[in-house]
Amino acid sequence: MDKKVLMKGTDALGEAAIRAGCRCYFGYPITPQNEVPEYMSRRMQEVGGVFLQGESEIASINMVLGAAASGMRAMTSSSSPGISLKQEGLSFLAALELPAVIVNINRGGPGLGNIAPSQGDYYQATRGGGHGDYRMPVYAPAYVQELYDITMKSFDVADLYRTPVMILGDGMMGQIVEPIYLHERPDVEIPPKDYILDGAENRPSRIIKSLILDPVEMEEHNWKLKRKYDLMAHELPEWEEFMTNDAKLTIIAYGTAARIAKGAVKRARSEGLKVGLLRPITLWPFPEEAIRNLAKKTKLFLVFEMSTGQMIDDVRLAVEGKVPCEFYGRPGGVVPIPQEIARIIERYWLQKEL
Amino acid sequence: MKIVYTRPKCLKPVPNHYCPGCGHSIIHRLICELVDEMNMRGRIICIPPAGCAVLAYNYFDFDMCESAHGRGCAIATGFKRAQPDRIIFTYQGDGDMAAIGTAETLHAANRGEKITSIFVNNAVYGMTGGQMAPTTMIGQKTTTSPYGRRTEVEGYPLKITELIATLPGAAYVVRTSLANPAKIRETKKAIKKAFEVQMAGAGYSLVEVLSPCPTNWKVSPREAFAYLEEKMEKEYPIGVMKDYTAKKDK
Repeated sequence: MDKKVLMKGTDALGEAAIRAGCRCYFGYPITPQNEVPEYMSRRMQEVGGVFLQGESEIASINMVLGAAASGMRAMTSSSSPGISLKQEGLSFLAALELPAVIVNINRGGPGLGNIAPSQGDYYQATRGGGHGDYRMPVYAPAYVQELYDITMKSFDVADLYRTPVMILGDGMMGQIVEPIYLHERPDVEIPPKDYILDGAENRPSRIIKSLILDPVEMEEHNWKLKRKYDLMAHELPEWEEFMTNDAKLTIIAYGTAARIAKGAVKRARSEGLKVGLLRPITLWPFPEEAIRNLAKKTKLFLVFEMSTGQMIDDVRLAVEGKVPCEFYGRPGGVVPIPQEIARIIERYWLQKEL
Repeated sequence: MKIVYTRPKCLKPVPNHYCPGCGHSIIHRLICELVDEMNMRGRIICIPPAGCAVLAYNYFDFDMCESAHGRGCAIATGFKRAQPDRIIFTYQGDGDMAAIGTAETLHAANRGEKITSIFVNNAVYGMTGGQMAPTTMIGQKTTTSPYGRRTEVEGYPLKITELIATLPGAAYVVRTSLANPAKIRETKKAIKKAFEVQMAGAGYSLVEVLSPCPTNWKVSPREAFAYLEEKMEKEYPIGVMKDYTAKKDK
């Protein structure tokens, strides 16, 4: 039996990365994620890994690139404004097909915004964010145990598909303290890294590059990446369903918003309203099929986000107009309580005569 | 018959894309000669820049990792920290090194990263068609300084090598020139020493090479070499600015 401990989100994240074999961390301080580099600066020393505070987010993501091209499991973490700076590096990691884990502890924005929990970076995270035609798996954990498990899994996904992987949380996810099991690293077979650069000793030299000047060759590279993204879209979607079986109204929410929504669902159920929750765990690939299946049963989707409405686009694309989709949002770092969401549920329940 | 001159093994037998009279092909050759002579092929990794030398991986027959514009020293840091026993060097132009990559360069040097930078200064953005560089000379006309570089508008030529020489993390800092064969031989010696400094684990090493760009200077190759010696070497004096081995001798 794995050890059960009380742990803060950021510490769980760091510990999971260490236990997943991450031996290179590069980052730059920004609130509300400073506990991650602080944890890593202690732990990397203990396990003989590399911790380096870069001079900027741009430098840090490029250090990650160098370490990933060396064959190491490497990661960086930041928060919204810092993640904007990392987009150049993310595009290169995707183009060069290098594995890395990037953590975004999303804060209120745009601009400097504030340091409160927010989901305003959904578009940036799920649409690639950087330049060029690429996709990137994005995980949105909602519990500390899940954050721990997903962090471990992210390194495997990054290696298996040779892709950057993003973990998207917020200050609530980072600060919350919950009991978790320190699971051992899952037994996943990682293919040999035959692409890394370690000096061309007794082998032909290797080039890691994304410059492909011939448009036809560049097109082929894009199609090659697309085939990989299609494979990920097929194999990676994850979601949680809570009381959805007989739900007439189904809330769709992720991360911190989903925790709040779950509380609201329980309240509504205690009043006899048949309400359920679908919580996407992967934001890209989006669990479209799960939503399409629910669209056959439920009468109304209510998308709740801590933003002015971004994921709702993906929900509407999945639902294809078969069921009405309503939206409720609290942007700017406001975190509503379950009662508030329960009131919204009741309002729609009455308005739509469910 | 004795062979006195041949293509270095690490220099791929392919025609290069550099313009007639360009310094890159000379520097490429010097690096490849050294990789052969110092038997480094099996443990050396090069980070080429964005710029004219972006295609260096077509010519160097050792491991190469592309970099986004200016990020060479950050990527090299990642490589070196992950593989401390490998020889890592960046190959960067003036825009890459001293404009968009200033922060990455200065901080890598200041951390004393055990990497080497070969910094090719030709006072112009070559690949993009001759725009003004941070190292463009006062009065020099480029496509984005058509009236000549004016200090009150475009500021002054940036001497990043002198800046880096002030940093404790930098162990060997030198500026050389390709103006004539003797100076080219000095350049090779400087690059050799820079690699040796890295292997000794002494800190960051930097070789700035003043290099001609006849195409964007809009002069003949012969005139370009003369300009290099008469004008550029005045603004950018050649010589050793820092040498940790000299300090030890005292």
